[in-house]
Amino acid sequence: MSWQGKVLRVNLSAGTAEPEPLNLDWAGEFLGERGLATKYLWENMDPKADPMGPDNVLIFATGPLTGTMASTSGRYAVVTKGPLTGAIACSNSGGKFGAELKFAGYDLLIVEGRAASPVYLHIQDGDVRILPAEELWGQTVWYTEDWIKQRHQDPLTKVAGIGIAGERGVYYACVVNDLHRAAGRSGVGAVMGSKNLKAVAVRGSVGVTVKQPKKFLEVVRDTHKMLAESNGRKGLTKYGTNAMMDNMQNFGGLPTRNFREVQFEGYDKIDAKAMMKPNARGHTNLLTNKACFGCTIACGRIAHIDQEHFTIVNRKEYWHASGGLEYETAYAFGPVVGVSDIDALTFAGFLMNEHGMDPISFGVTLAAAMELFEDGVLTTEDTDGIPLTFGNAEALTVMAEKTGRQEGFGRILGLGSKRMCEKFGRPELFMGVKGQEFAGYDSRALQGMGLGYATSNRGACHLKHDMFTEDMEDQSGNGKAEPCKKSQDRVAFVDSTGLCLFTDGTWATEDYGRQLEAACGGDWPLERLLAIGERTWNLERSFNLKAGLTKADDTLPPRLLNDPAPSGTAKGKVCELDKMLPEYYAARGWNADGVPTPETLARLGLG
Amino acid sequence: MTRHLILGSGPAGIIAAETLRRTDPQCEVTVIGDEPQPPYSRMAIPYLLAGNIGEDGTRLRHSPGHYDDLGIAVKQGRATAVDSAARTVTVDTDGAASTVAYDKLLIATGARPTAPAIPGMDLDGVANCWTMADARRIIRRAAPGSDVVLMGAGFIGCIILEALAARKVNLTVVEMAPRMLARMMDDTGAAMMRRWCEAKGVTVHTGTAVAGIAKDGERLTVTMDGGATITAGLVVCATGVRANVDFLDGSGITVDDGIVVDQNLQTNIKGVYAAGDVAQGPDFSTGRTAVHAIQPTASEHGRIAARNMAGRATGYGGSLSMNVLNTLGLVSSSFGLWDGTDGGERATLVGEDDHRYLRLEFKDDRLVGALALGLTLHIGVIRGLIQTKVRLGKFKKELMRDPHRIMHAYLAQTQGVIA
Amino acid sequence: MKSLLIDADKCTDCLQCEMACSFENEGVFNPARSRIKVFEFEHGRRAVPYTCTQCDEAWCLHACPVEAITINAATGAKEVNAEVCVGCKVCTIACPFGTVNYNEDTGKVVKCDLCGGDPQCAAVCPTGAITYVDANWTGYQRMRDSAVRADGGAS
Ligand SMILES: Cc1cc2nc3c(=O)[nH]c(=O)nc-3n(C[C@H](O)[C@H](O)[C@H](O)COP(=O)(O)OP(=O)(O)OC[C@H]3O[C@@H](n4cnc5c(N)ncnc54)[C@H](O)[C@@H]3O)c2cc1C
Repeated sequence: MSWQGKVLRVNLSAGTAEPEPLNLDWAGEFLGERGLATKYLWENMDPKADPMGPDNVLIFATGPLTGTMASTSGRYAVVTKGPLTGAIACSNSGGKFGAELKFAGYDLLIVEGRAASPVYLHIQDGDVRILPAEELWGQTVWYTEDWIKQRHQDPLTKVAGIGIAGERGVYYACVVNDLHRAAGRSGVGAVMGSKNLKAVAVRGSVGVTVKQPKKFLEVVRDTHKMLAESNGRKGLTKYGTNAMMDNMQNFGGLPTRNFREVQFEGYDKIDAKAMMKPNARGHTNLLTNKACFGCTIACGRIAHIDQEHFTIVNRKEYWHASGGLEYETAYAFGPVVGVSDIDALTFAGFLMNEHGMDPISFGVTLAAAMELFEDGVLTTEDTDGIPLTFGNAEALTVMAEKTGRQEGFGRILGLGSKRMCEKFGRPELFMGVKGQEFAGYDSRALQGMGLGYATSNRGACHLKHDMFTEDMEDQSGNGKAEPCKKSQDRVAFVDSTGLCLFTDGTWATEDYGRQLEAACGGDWPLERLLAIGERTWNLERSFNLKAGLTKADDTLPPRLLNDPAPSGTAKGKVCELDKMLPEYYAARGWNADGVPTPETLARLGLG
Repeated sequence: MTRHLILGSGPAGIIAAETLRRTDPQCEVTVIGDEPQPPYSRMAIPYLLAGNIGEDGTRLRHSPGHYDDLGIAVKQGRATAVDSAARTVTVDTDGAASTVAYDKLLIATGARPTAPAIPGMDLDGVANCWTMADARRIIRRAAPGSDVVLMGAGFIGCIILEALAARKVNLTVVEMAPRMLARMMDDTGAAMMRRWCEAKGVTVHTGTAVAGIAKDGERLTVTMDGGATITAGLVVCATGVRANVDFLDGSGITVDDGIVVDQNLQTNIKGVYAAGDVAQGPDFSTGRTAVHAIQPTASEHGRIAARNMAGRATGYGGSLSMNVLNTLGLVSSSFGLWDGTDGGERATLVGEDDHRYLRLEFKDDRLVGALALGLTLHIGVIRGLIQTKVRLGKFKKELMRDPHRIMHAYLAQTQGVIA
Repeated sequence: MKSLLIDADKCTDCLQCEMACSFENEGVFNPARSRIKVFEFEHGRRAVPYTCTQCDEAWCLHACPVEAITINAATGAKEVNAEVCVGCKVCTIACPFGTVNYNEDTGKVVKCDLCGGDPQCAAVCPTGAITYVDANWTGYQRMRDSAVRADGGAS
């Protein structure tokens, strides 16, 4: 009930696809989605394996609440060893694909091995086929989805796949589902590409049942209402995530020009309000908002590009609407590269979805390339004749496309910032942690965010903890360790339910518990929920330690540790990681090297 | 008080009677049918054979006293002659002839199966599948595991095929035409259908006629063209039907393939109408007349003829030839000019291993016909698009690219979805 | 009499309606079995919920060979009686709106029955894109107009 009780295991080397029963003991301890997939990954592979080799395991995981009437029930996670980081990767996504996988009867899809030649997976309830994808290799995500729907004559098929970036091993290639939702980070798309797996297409008609239907509907009615009345929700519905742009600008936490600055003069040309304002020709960027499956928030933006804009004036194929700017895309194509041309940003966003790349990593990598260019390390000879100056909108869009298609300098950008900066002898210009680039928050202004970035198990990430309130209230590094730890655990729990993190805040942890109880049966007291999160966090950490990561990887670039913020509310401050990190290890029950103690592991049942 | 007489108590006749009653509460309505049981739908027979329903489940109307309550007299008898000048019909009831006078007459006598002129068609064990009596005969003979030969794999034949397969008989199908479903599927679709049937254990011969049937003890020997034989306990014949018009000889009513009617469903004789399988009425697709021996046409004919009989002049834009069929789990459908039209355009999509096929036929920017295999969702909209002559505009191009976006085309062009 | 009013401009494509519909009618969250379907256009630019308008012409009802579809006197809904339905699918091609579908699992057809007067799709719709209102308000005329034309000129 609520879990389907079934895992689909596909071995691409052997060409087999077999269902197996879900391990319900594990489900009780790790719930679903992120947590449960972490457990399955841990049990199914050697963390030392080459992330791009056949021994890496790629898991698509739904949660027990995925595909139910609980609001935001469209989530699924892709869990694997990330090529960008060499650490565990856990990227989750919305859209409709995750729920469809569940409707087809599966909690998890585990992909092992490597196909001899390109394939895609077609799942129709119990009918699973591994089919040739030669015709799709070298094609875009959008082409692939359309082709598969036509090939199987079913417009309701849901598709998650990769573009050329994933095929060619761009380190931050992502898995895109439903045209513009993505399991975006850490290069999970490159893992898919390394397995010669172009796409997973699903159509489900089994459906999902819950344990206590009547009670579940009652609880859900109530939790829907909570969201309906929440101001935070209303803001997300109206403005989308890009409402954050103004906050970060005012606060002075908006990473600008590869983190040399923390405020961006052009922010109001690309913020949420700018998306809603007609330009001189009367073109308005934003068309409408759109929900993921089951979501009563609908923060997604659907936008279109001005047809007269230089990027698409001669390219009619981009005159349609598609996924518009989220805050992270706006930041990564805006302030961090110094560009404030909203159409260029939107176009670059389209290209990310079309070619299957993580916009954060791409933007921050381009920012580092721009700094290298301005420092004279790179010249137009290296960059296909394009001056990579901060603020150059054409550099953004042309490089986005070159990277997506793996042409020219795009091949260098496809390495990600860390590898690229090392290649050019300037490792300090990489803005990220464990090889993964930062999201749009500067850790000098947001100290808890800095700690979260440094300790996130998948490398720099803003979505593995939520310290905004603490960080806004207190701009020092004091007392951040304990709340950061707690927040990480709570988020890890929410990420394991099958629901979206954007409900967190409106819903207390207990509200997820109520929904789980009615859906799955059993008791779900607060301690159990938080223990699921903490257990997941520690197992992710254990994976990373076994993979060879150490305390030395829990750090931030020197720019954030040594160069004071030049402006904003945190002017003059650096990130106080050195103070926070030991406190954090202690709060976690880890030793001074950041290794979980045997007592901690035993307490969590991981001993 | 107008006296309405209806010949035939199938769907066309009964729907006409009910419509007459609704339209004119005062009139007199009499229905005369020659089958003994209460009015039923012959198209429900396959589900009776399959064991999904009992005989009661085939009834057109279920509530007891339905006809009495409506003041509709349903009588058993066989019409043997019509005198359109005198406005009378001669009716034979259990061998006794009587004359029934009418003011308005509806002929809704349907069709009956035809048999090929070969030896052995009259043998015990050779059955049609058309009436309730036929159904009972088949049920007695078609036990699980028994050998059954089905002659004819047209639309009706394939429906019977499904029902016989549900009875778990050992089935061989012999079709004279070069393919199954010759009049509702093209070569591509029919070949897919055939492979599907064969994969499910049905033996299919096409381009083969039965030359004769002979008795061999308790069993029958079916000899095919070329001499090959099959033995069977039962042979079911579904080789075609013909309109029930014999009793109209000398009535002056014009008959071609069926009774020819105009767009008010009136025959050449004023006050005499025809509906359903027996009628050759306006064909929506061609603008000419044709017999469309299908349930939806019988129902529309019945309603529209009745309105005209009751004095409410109602024009009929013509019936659309359309069928939907489930063959051992593979659903197929056909609509209108599925084989195309002069100067038209075509979009096809073949999904061999998904058992899916879609073919759309356009004339200018309108849909005029379609074939589908494996499609069950929203298929009615194909009818909607064809029969409301929706202009597809820019969606024509979209459908040429991906025919499966019919629902999108429909919504965009009729619901004002600007996309 | 009330009917469903659909305002596609308000639809966010969340599919809560499809889940509520399948849950009410089949006891399972299963959009593949929903009687209301949301159609998505152009990468999500538009989403259009679509279901039976309970049209006066009642094509499905008239085409049914065994009287399995009847009118609920209280709601005006054309309801399928699954006990009587033989699964012949004639109604699925007769309905020019494509809102009667065949369910392969049960061998019967399904269509919107307004949940007996409390349509769950409307009850859960978070944006008011689907409401259940007095029939005069529905503006469904456009759909019905095309229904009339499907008769090929009958009136
Ligand atoms: C096995 C089978 C499966 C079918 N499946 C489908 C299907 O899936 N879809 C579809 O659309 N159609 C199907 N049909 C066709 C459909 O049943 C007919 O189109 C429909 O029954 C026609 O209705 P009708 O009232 O015109 O004729 P009928 O139903 O044939 O009724 C005519 C009545 O008139 C009576 N009659 C005949 N002569 C006289 C006379 N001289 N005096 C008095 N009464 C007389 C007959 O006995 C009969 O009772 C099927 C038919 C069969 C046999």
